[in-house]
Amino acid sequence: MSETTTPELDIKTDIGNFVYPEKHKYDAGKGLSEHTIDYMCEVKEEPDWIREFRMNALQTFREKPMPTHWASSDLNAIDFDKIRYYLAGDQKPSRSWDDVPDDVKQTFERLGIPESERKFLAGVEAQFDSEAAYSNIKEIASKQGVIFVGSTEGLKEHPEIFRKWFGKVIPTGDNKFSALNSAVFSGGSFIYVPPGVKVSHPLQAYFRINAQNFGQFERTLIIADEGSEVTYMEGCTAPKFDTATLHSAVVELVALKGAKIQYITVQNWSDNVFNLVTKRGLAHEDAEIRWIDCNIGSRLTMKYPGVILKGRRARGEVLSIALANDGQHQDTGAKMVHAADETSSNIISKSISVGKGRATYRGLVNMPKHLKGCKNNTECDALLINTNSRTDTYPAITARGDHNSVQHEASVSKVSAEQIFYMRQRGMSEGQAMSLAVNGFINDLARHFPMEYSVELKRLIDLEMEGSVG
Amino acid sequence: MSKQLEIKNLSVTVETTEILKDLSLTLPRGEVHAIMGPNGTGKSTLAKALAGHPDYEITSGEVLLDGENILEMEVDERARAGLFMAFQYPSEIPGVSIANFLRAAKQARLAEGEDLDATGFYKTLYEKMDMLHIDRKFTSRAINEGFSGGEKKRNEILQMAMLEPKYAIMDETDSGLDIDALRIVSEGVNKLRGPECGILLITHYQRILEYIVPDHVHVMWNGRIVKSGGKDLAIELENKGYDWIKEEFAEPAAKA
Repeated sequence: MSETTTPELDIKTDIGNFVYPEKHKYDAGKGLSEHTIDYMCEVKEEPDWIREFRMNALQTFREKPMPTHWASSDLNAIDFDKIRYYLAGDQKPSRSWDDVPDDVKQTFERLGIPESERKFLAGVEAQFDSEAAYSNIKEIASKQGVIFVGSTEGLKEHPEIFRKWFGKVIPTGDNKFSALNSAVFSGGSFIYVPPGVKVSHPLQAYFRINAQNFGQFERTLIIADEGSEVTYMEGCTAPKFDTATLHSAVVELVALKGAKIQYITVQNWSDNVFNLVTKRGLAHEDAEIRWIDCNIGSRLTMKYPGVILKGRRARGEVLSIALANDGQHQDTGAKMVHAADETSSNIISKSISVGKGRATYRGLVNMPKHLKGCKNNTECDALLINTNSRTDTYPAITARGDHNSVQHEASVSKVSAEQIFYMRQRGMSEGQAMSLAVNGFINDLARHFPMEYSVELKRLIDLEMEGSVG
Repeated sequence: MSKQLEIKNLSVTVETTEILKDLSLTLPRGEVHAIMGPNGTGKSTLAKALAGHPDYEITSGEVLLDGENILEMEVDERARAGLFMAFQYPSEIPGVSIANFLRAAKQARLAEGEDLDATGFYKTLYEKMDMLHIDRKFTSRAINEGFSGGEKKRNEILQMAMLEPKYAIMDETDSGLDIDALRIVSEGVNKLRGPECGILLITHYQRILEYIVPDHVHVMWNGRIVKSGGKDLAIELENKGYDWIKEEFAEPAAKA
């Protein structure tokens, strides 16, 4: 079924604010029912256990209420009957850059992926709509025995590893949106890193939503076997549409004994997107999981990356940056569940509210009484640009027992008219001045990021701030 | 085109109070003019009004920069046109290093799509720092954050050196400096003197004028320039104080 036949590109000034003609061979239509799941399973040629898993999840999704008793009532604006749950092109996942269709390449071009990142594209698994349009395992990674494929391929070709961990870190019933994802997931990555293997290059995935009313439900599962190390990066931009678009991913990480996983996200959604994502990692003994999470744009983002510190001396870290512009609500935070002795966690969250933008931090740190030698450090800093801006902090820290330590700091600062005047007197426009102040605010955090990502983050902030000046 | 900054009959109001009254002054490029006067007479108002601070309302007059009226320009447009102000109390911008701040300021002067040559930028930056005897470690510090009074003023001079303005207004650059810092800052300004730059040096004290010898001295009182002369006028003021100015130029209404 063809979505649109417009032959010309519709390129607007904002990044991500453009649409390409789409040809979808498979379209499950609007609305969600058992029929939708049957259709998906048939098209994707999935095994019966997945069909059953999806059907059960659909039931859970229907039973779970919207979490509006604590979260934004804006969630009620999502009309589940108007969403397309499955669309896929007729191209099979491509193996090399040459095989990637030209219009997909153009999309990457328009996304403005910097030169420095194109060199990594050879190893990128990128998602164009719900099916991987391009997936090429970096040679070096596959030589090391690393599996890096789409989730569908993962569950079909590596069931022995996939089934063991799939849905174990984030059970279907964790929340309404993890249930939704479990029912209709498609796309996303499956990664397995064998014991002792240190993946030398970050594995990257780019994807974007390119169909009106199309909810995107990626499912990513990363398993780092004992003593291995891997970095995964995802970045997204979405074109702007009139009607709300839903994005609801589930990401599960498993770091076995002594393994290290770093998961980096830079997201730039258009301001009609609901971005409701569940991300959690399970860290075994001496393992380390670090989430780096940058959220820009969207109408409402709800995302609280977490780590369950299951094994002794496991470490968890969440470094997050959220930028809420006019009409946007960034409801983000972190969860650290200490479940073994001598586990440590670190949360650094920075939020920027511009105009009527709203930033909320929700934290959950849990240290039960019977544990010893656990540590948590939580820092939340908020920057307000404009008097209308709003920021809220809900740091729920439960630390019991005498042998654990927690530390919590929070600050709120503003960009003053005098600071803006000073920078403008040096020749910067108002937008450039605000952008510089924002970059300064996140600077100490952004320097932990890989170079290409801090460059891209800076560019995205520049664009956001330019657009925020009247 | 006349290469001068021409302030013509400028009147400025701050929160309904008129601070500058029909002030006129011409600063040719290549010259250093000092503006002296007692506190509260409108010296800093002049600096901020010229730079375009939003709290200062221009009620009449014009300011021509090389013949172009800058009062219709935005703050940053005036800056890019070649007007620089060394702040009396420069703002801190947390997390922004001096190098990044200056890069952003330089980048803002390039055409859209044009990228600053980073290598050339650092080469120039280090040259200017060497010239001003500023340690290179200084570049990585967040701008004005935790700076001493002297460091703040040297940072202002460094920015001036990098941005190469046509006209620089130095707002009480000497305030809060000890004698050593004053000497260092003054040496910096002297190095930036030249045919391509006009400097308006606003000060309360004559002391800085021992280091930066002005071509002309203007005395400001009650929102107006009441007396102009050569560098000797500064010495006269230092010897006699400001009282005689106040007496001589008191409001006619107050006299009557």
